[in-house]
This record gives sequence, C-alpha cells and structure tokens, in this order.
Amino acid sequence: MAKAPKEKAARSPAENPEFALHSLQEEFEKNKRYDASTEQLQSFYEQMLLIRRFEERAGQLYGLGLIGGFCHLYIGQEAVAVGLQSALTEKLDSVITGYRDHGHMLAYGIDPKVIMAELTGREAGISKGKGGSMHMFSTEHKFYGGHGIVGAQVALGGGLALAHQYNEDGGLCLAYFGDGAANQGQVYETFNMASLWKLPIVFVIENNQYAMGTAVSRSSAETEFYRRGTAFRIPGMKVNGMDVLEVRRAAEIAFKHVREGRGPVLMECETYRYRGHSMSDPAKYRTREEVQDMREHRDPIEGLKKTLIEQGSSEDDLKAIDKDIRKVVSEAADFAENSPEPDPSELYTDVLVEEY
Amino acid sequence: MAIELKMPALSPTMEEGTLAKWLKQEGDEIVAGDIIAEIETDKATMEFEAVDEGTLGKILVAEGTENVAVGTVIAMLAGEGEDVSEAAAAAPKDDVPGEGKDVGRPESSGEGSEAEVARPAKKTGVKDPEIPHGTNMATVTVREALRDGMAEEMRRDERVFVMGEEVAQYQGAYKVTQGLLDEFGPKRVIDTPITEYGFAGIGTGAAMGGLRPIVEFMTFNFAMQAIDHIINSAAKTNYMSGGQMRCPVVFRGPNAAASRVGAQHSQNFGPWYASVPGLIVIAPYDASDAKGLMKAAIRCEDPVVFLENELVYGRSFELPELDDHVLPIGKARIMREGSDVTIVAYSIAVGLALEAAEQLAEEGIDAEVIDLRTLRPLDKEAVLESLKKTNRMVIAEEGWPTCSIASEIVAICMEEGFDHLDAPVTRVCDEDVPLPYAANLEKLALIDTPKIVKAVKKVCYRD
Repeated sequence: MAKAPKEKAARSPAENPEFALHSLQEEFEKNKRYDASTEQLQSFYEQMLLIRRFEERAGQLYGLGLIGGFCHLYIGQEAVAVGLQSALTEKLDSVITGYRDHGHMLAYGIDPKVIMAELTGREAGISKGKGGSMHMFSTEHKFYGGHGIVGAQVALGGGLALAHQYNEDGGLCLAYFGDGAANQGQVYETFNMASLWKLPIVFVIENNQYAMGTAVSRSSAETEFYRRGTAFRIPGMKVNGMDVLEVRRAAEIAFKHVREGRGPVLMECETYRYRGHSMSDPAKYRTREEVQDMREHRDPIEGLKKTLIEQGSSEDDLKAIDKDIRKVVSEAADFAENSPEPDPSELYTDVLVEEY
Repeated sequence: MAIELKMPALSPTMEEGTLAKWLKQEGDEIVAGDIIAEIETDKATMEFEAVDEGTLGKILVAEGTENVAVGTVIAMLAGEGEDVSEAAAAAPKDDVPGEGKDVGRPESSGEGSEAEVARPAKKTGVKDPEIPHGTNMATVTVREALRDGMAEEMRRDERVFVMGEEVAQYQGAYKVTQGLLDEFGPKRVIDTPITEYGFAGIGTGAAMGGLRPIVEFMTFNFAMQAIDHIINSAAKTNYMSGGQMRCPVVFRGPNAAASRVGAQHSQNFGPWYASVPGLIVIAPYDASDAKGLMKAAIRCEDPVVFLENELVYGRSFELPELDDHVLPIGKARIMREGSDVTIVAYSIAVGLALEAAEQLAEEGIDAEVIDLRTLRPLDKEAVLESLKKTNRMVIAEEGWPTCSIASEIVAICMEEGFDHLDAPVTRVCDEDVPLPYAANLEKLALIDTPKIVKAVKKVCYRD
C-alpha cells in the first residue's frame, strides 16, 4: 500500500540508514530464474512467438507500403515485455512505454487485429487510425501508450505512479524506456521525485545496445545503466533481458519491493533488437555477424524452446503452436488490410472532449 | 501455397529501387532472418531479409535491374512440402490497391483535401449565468479569487490536487496557494523540486491516471522547460488515442511581463499555447473571471493552460458571493458597451483598454471593450458581432505583435468580417524586442493606454 504522506515527510530517503543499493540485486543473484510451471512456460513461449511473428508481418506490410511513417519493431526484445508484464496484477497496475510499443500491447493480450489495423491507419485500429504505430493506448488494460518523445513516458509514468499512491489502490506503474532515453534529463528529474516521494514505480531500461545508430559506449559515460539510480537512492537490478525466466524472476523481486511502499526500482534489461531502429534504418552501424551471433546464441524464443523440449514438449507441439500463431497474425494482417480508412468526418473529432 | 516476395520499400517515400544483388539462388533453402537480396536506392543500401521459411523458387527480377517498383513480385518462395517448380509457375497477382504506392503523402483524390469535413459543433448562445438579484458583491483581489476557486474545487472533488514549486510550505511564490496546505495537507498540496519538465510530466501522467492535477509554474517563463509535456503529452493524447485517453490537467501561473525583471522573465505565451489544437487556453482579467474560469478549468475534461498576470494579482474587483460561481469557457465578455469602435483585449490589457475607453469618451469616441477571457477556443462570434456594430477594431495585447492573438483577430476580421470594416484593423502590442531592464526602455517597450488611444483615434480618422 502507498505510504501515508505524513510518514513521507517524516523520513526522506536521505535519512534512511538501512538503505542498501545492492539489496535487490543480491536477492536476485541467489536465484536468477523463475520457477515456471509447464503451462506458464508454454504461455511465455506463445506470447513471445506472437510478438515475433506479428512484428515480422508488420515489417512485411511496411515494405508493401501498407504501414507508413515510422515503424519500430520489437524483434529480439520479446522476453522483456513478456517476463515483466506476466508478473503484473491485471486491471490494477499500469504500464507506459515509448514508441516501440507493439510488443507491450501484445504481451497484454490486446487483440492483434486492432493493433495491426492501427499500424495500417484504419478505422478499426485501437486509436481509430489517428495514432499510428507509436501512439496506441488501452485504458481498459491500463496501458497508457505509446509515446513518441524519447523519455517523456518516464515522467508520465511517475504521474501514473503518483495516482496509484494518491488513490491508495496498491498498484504500481511499470515505465519502460531505452538506453537512448536514459540520457534524457527528465528521466533524472523523475528519478529524484519518485525516490523522494517513494512512488510505486519500476523503471525498466530496455538496453538494446543502440540509441538509433549510436552504440551505448559512444553516448553514455556510465553504460551500466542499473547504477544510474544511485544518486537518487534507487536500487538497481541488472537482468538478462534475453531470458524470459530471468526477467520474470527479477520482476517479482522488484514488484515486491515497490508494493511494500519502499519506493522505485531501476531495472536494466540487457537485450538486443535484430532489426533497424525503425524500418527506414539500414543498420550500417553494426556488423551482420554481431546480429547473427545474437540470433544464434541468445535468442529468447529459441532459448525457451530448448527449455520446453527439455521438459518434454515435442518439436511437433511447438510447430503446432507456431502454425496457430501464424494463423492469428495472418488474420490480423488481413483484417488490417481490408478494414476501411477512418471516415473524413473523424478529422475533427477527439481534439477536445467537451464542446465550448 | 507459394509466397510472393515483393520489392520492399525502405522508407515511406520510396517508390522504386535497384535490385542490386541476389544473395540466395533458386533452389536455396531459406530460413527466417536470412538475407536474400540487397536493395539500393540513391540514399541507402538495405538487406532484404526473409520472414518466412521455404525454398527459393523462381527469381523473377534479375540482379542489377534498376527502377523496380515497390511491390513488384521479385521471386517466389515455396513453403514446406511444396513443389519448387509449382512456386515458379505461380503467376504474380494483380496489384492490390494501395500496395507499392508512395504512402508518404497520398495524392489527392475525390475525398482528399478538397472533401468537405465536418467541423465540431460549437455551443451557441451560452452566456454567463445570471447573478440573482440581491447577491452580495464582495471586494476581493485576483489572488484571493484564484485561491478560493481552487479551494472550492478541492473541497468538491477529492481528485483535485496542487503541485509546484513553493506551493505548500512557502504558501506560494506569489501567495496564490496561501492557506491551501493548512486546509488540505501535504498529500494534496505538493511542493516539488525545481524541475519543471519532470513535474509537468508527472502532473500530466497523474491526469492520465485519473486525477485532476493543478500544476503551478512559478511563472510561465519556466514552463518552456516543460512545454513538451503541455503540448506533446497533454494536448495531443486524446486525439492520438481516438478519444480513449483523457488528460484533465490545469497548468497555471503568472504569464507575461511583470515589472523590471528583464527579458527572460517577461514574456506572454498566450499566442504560443493558443496555436495548439487540443488545449484550452484561458487568460482572465478580473477577480470574478479568475475565480469562475478557474473553477471551470478544473472541472474541464480537457487540458487547460491558465494564464494569470503577476501585476493583476493584487488588484481588487467586485465578485458575486455565490455558492458555485462557474463561468463558461470559450466565451468573451463585453466589459464596456460602445458604438464607435471596438477594443479587443485580454488579461492585463483589458485594464488598459478600459482606461483608454474612458479617455476616448471625453473626446466623444464611444468605445466598446471586449475581454476575450479564453484564447482557445477563441470567441469569434463575439468579436465579429461587435465589429458588425462598430465597424472599427483595435486589438490591445501585452505581448509581441508578430504571430500574436492580435494577428489572429486581424485574420478573422479579414476573412469573416471584411464587409463590416470601415478602417484597417489595428494591433497595439509591445514593441518587437526582448523586454529591456532599464526603467525608461521597459516603459517604451510595453503597451500602454496612450498607445491604445492613439490607435483608436487613427481607425476613427480622428487624429
């Protein structure tokens, strides 16, 4: 539960003698992998595969001109959203992210059809075709977007966390951002207030190694991003974002800490995006071999596939899952292609809520 | 069924490119992620990656071919258990509408830019509520009126809270939030660090999360640090989400020039915010409007920028003592009726315009003074209605002239009131310079009553 404001005023983070920056990481190191049931493993596999296939299809539709503008694919990073979001309490906790948002929505179980239809700018899209790939929201699922200004979602996430605390609803906010956004000033403004006010928020840095075309080592003085909360007394965690079970385990530790009213956690998930920053990025800033190496040795879906087979799933079972998911994605793509564009009368709707 | 591999677009504006090289040959096994070919445009080379698995069938476009249109079938891919030769034989389908076209800027068609688009309905005939006969009129300062407006709404709605620099323990840098901490406690009156971008974002996010934040900027000059959240996060979200996600936040604080504080602390941001669809922009003058519109702003489902004026905070006005004094957003107010000329103003310039009108009356010119009160949505009808009556108009604005509210009013009069004009619509604004510190230069730079009087005489051909 959220702490009462009186206590908040009585003891600021700076006065806490028990503060240990590494406490969460130490707990995490003791047992890094989540002990999932077979059912859970299969569910993680299905969700990650759905994101992968969906994004591949989105890439194709972009290539065909059916998706315009910017389109940022999540391929390679699937374990982060699935591992974290599977640990949330549905209908209570809130999630906010940047423009690479398709995966987070799919991880929520939002219908792929309305997501794909938003990508193609159709009336049936989740934002009625007015948002596009970067601007999708589902207040029903407490998914608050979908933000195109790098780093803005961090401060907005702080506000969602403030609302949880204010309403004393016991919920938390999960705010995702990238290694690029981690260099924005407002991120640290938010760290400061979140720690000062003990806001229930988990900051997740999806470190996919490149801020558009700039490698982290070329843009960041401190490339160990989980340490960047130190100045604000925010405990950090470093997590292998290519392993859904590690992410899930880390999520459990972080969420527990936050729900106990002990303030924010900063979690760095090391991950990798296989595709360019956006569709129009030829990705010349890294070698083909680097990408191939990641795909062959660190792929989150292949990794979980091995675990599933070790636990008794057959290749045929997994092929059947893939086939089903391909069908779902195909249907979403057909729906997105065949849905009508928004009616011209929609141009002036939704600018304001009220009439004046 | 065999899969068609089509010429991809590297960007939304690409229409065609060169198929530079085939990296796989007919009959090769393909797995997802394999690079099949290299595509070149004048800007970049891109690797064409396989999405599906299978065997590469017939290559239909040879390497080195230039000007291959986006969407052209360049090869066939046979799926598992399919005959490669069958894949080769599959004839390319007719183009699907929309495919391969430049989707960056669609060419205008029947229903393109020329189409009639329905504008949102505008409420008409909305007036300030009648003040019942015998209502006691209290004399209060604008500062108190603003505070009382906030306090009443905080009593009415638990979700309303105030955040900003020095709003709580210090009682407000300009004492507008005086007493709120005592009544509502630190949960609802929150002192923030000096971190405008951050707390504007947190306030906006809290509104998205269902609260009703009032975000105070010590002055709007500092809100420039936070303008990204006001515009990109608050104003656009409802539209971008197709009406799903609301953002009922009020950004408030003193705006425009104070006194002798120099260029960085003296600017009117009214025209900036008023140019943004998705925002409500309010700039009241007197105590009654300050309170009535503050209450309306807090109840409003849309994000509001509420521009106050430091020099007006301490001025006293009559305010009706009513239980719930709420005024309509988007409606101008006739401050003084007149028949010869209209002076349109808002915020501090309303006082100057009223003063000018009194002086002009002595010279036999009967000026009507309109207080816009809301800058967005602007009450065009009130402006045009008055123009129809007086046929002459001067706009008085404490702010720069270029791209100002005054410019906007001039445009409205040209487009929709041309037949009623007997003289050019004239702007009286600040001088087009950063505000100087020296007392004499500051005075020269700012709008004042004599400048308004002079302009009015000019449009009345009385100079």
